[in-house]
Amino acid sequence: MSEPVASKRIAVEVNGETYEHEVEARRLLVHFLRDDLELTGTHVGCDTGNCGACTVLCDGQAIKSCMMLAVQAEGRRIETVESLGGEGDLHALQQAFSTHHALQCGYCTPGMLMSAKGLLDNNPEPTENEIRRAIQGNICRCTGYVNIVEAIKSAAVL
Amino acid sequence: MLLSQVEYARPQTVAEAIGILGGRENARPLAGGQTLINVMKMRAAAPDVLVDLADLEELRAISRTADGGLELGATATYSDVIGSPDATAARPILAEVCAQIADVQVRNRGTVGGNVCSSDPTNHLPPLMVAVGATMTIAGASGEREVPAEEFFLGVYFTAVSPGELLTKVTIPPKAGRDGFASVTIGKDGTCIVSAAASVNGQTRLAIGCVSATPVVVEGSDPEAVRAAVTDPPSDVHASAEYRRHLAEVLAARAVSEAK
Repeated sequence: MSEPVASKRIAVEVNGETYEHEVEARRLLVHFLRDDLELTGTHVGCDTGNCGACTVLCDGQAIKSCMMLAVQAEGRRIETVESLGGEGDLHALQQAFSTHHALQCGYCTPGMLMSAKGLLDNNPEPTENEIRRAIQGNICRCTGYVNIVEAIKSAAVL
Repeated sequence: MLLSQVEYARPQTVAEAIGILGGRENARPLAGGQTLINVMKMRAAAPDVLVDLADLEELRAISRTADGGLELGATATYSDVIGSPDATAARPILAEVCAQIADVQVRNRGTVGGNVCSSDPTNHLPPLMVAVGATMTIAGASGEREVPAEEFFLGVYFTAVSPGELLTKVTIPPKAGRDGFASVTIGKDGTCIVSAAASVNGQTRLAIGCVSATPVVVEGSDPEAVRAAVTDPPSDVHASAEYRRHLAEVLAARAVSEAK
């Protein structure tokens, strides 16, 4: 039996490492990532599921981590922007975003990168239309979509 | 945003889920959470217990019925439907419409059951399910019952699923004629301002969404019949009642003419 509980100990695989944590049932996944695991690469933009800044991969699929509870992630495999690469060791997508000037303020970038990764992992040779549809749930208010699409296109052919 | 205190359970069987839903006051099923979690943030809903359906694999299945129709598990996501060869073979309009809902992230989490059970007039699936003649299977403590889509939607945010019950699957008859769907939305792939679903098989059956609390059924495609059926559409910041009446006629005609 699984009785309802207000908090529980969960085990979640994040970027290849399994974390065990006691979390309240009401805790959003994005807050679990940022505040409990201190993985602050995942951003909170609108907190209403519209902007996509909090996009992460869950079992390989792009999802918005402000619309999932941490307890729902129990037993799942989460990938955040920290899984891509760091200074001196950039992922092809990160390098392409830099090369194509696909960011200005950078706030939407972690979400854009993870949506792009979700796309390329499942569809290595997307058309431009498929790229645009893949980032439909990610809003860039500096309006740099043209360069973001170019960056994803160039990373796809690598 | 911080949610209000809530309890959480992840049952391992449908019977266990129904036991919790029926045994606790103000318990709500949680599927993809793409509506429920947001309305909890806004304090528009405040369940005391969330019953997560994630481990109930049988609720997520998509399969063909013996007569060539389709069974959609209530927790099948929009992406599951879009990627399902069975769904595409049985009734291609389903995947076509699911692909118009929101964005990739929402389609990866949002479910067929959530879309119909929220009974939001701006949702895509309620009119579609009515037009194609779907049947909803609802499980409760006393067993299962079947409700035709036409009788499933009772009001805004209100369906035939009673407290303590659970929608388990949606059964869709095999494709016999042509199906069509047309909508005017708030932004590309946004929620509907008005929608129309058509099933054309000798006769035409239309269901118009977002012109009343529940989908409005029109038998036949005569514009006069559409006008007569859409009596008192809502007026809001997105469209006046008069404009919704106009859209209902245009979209009904478009859903029929583009049906395939």
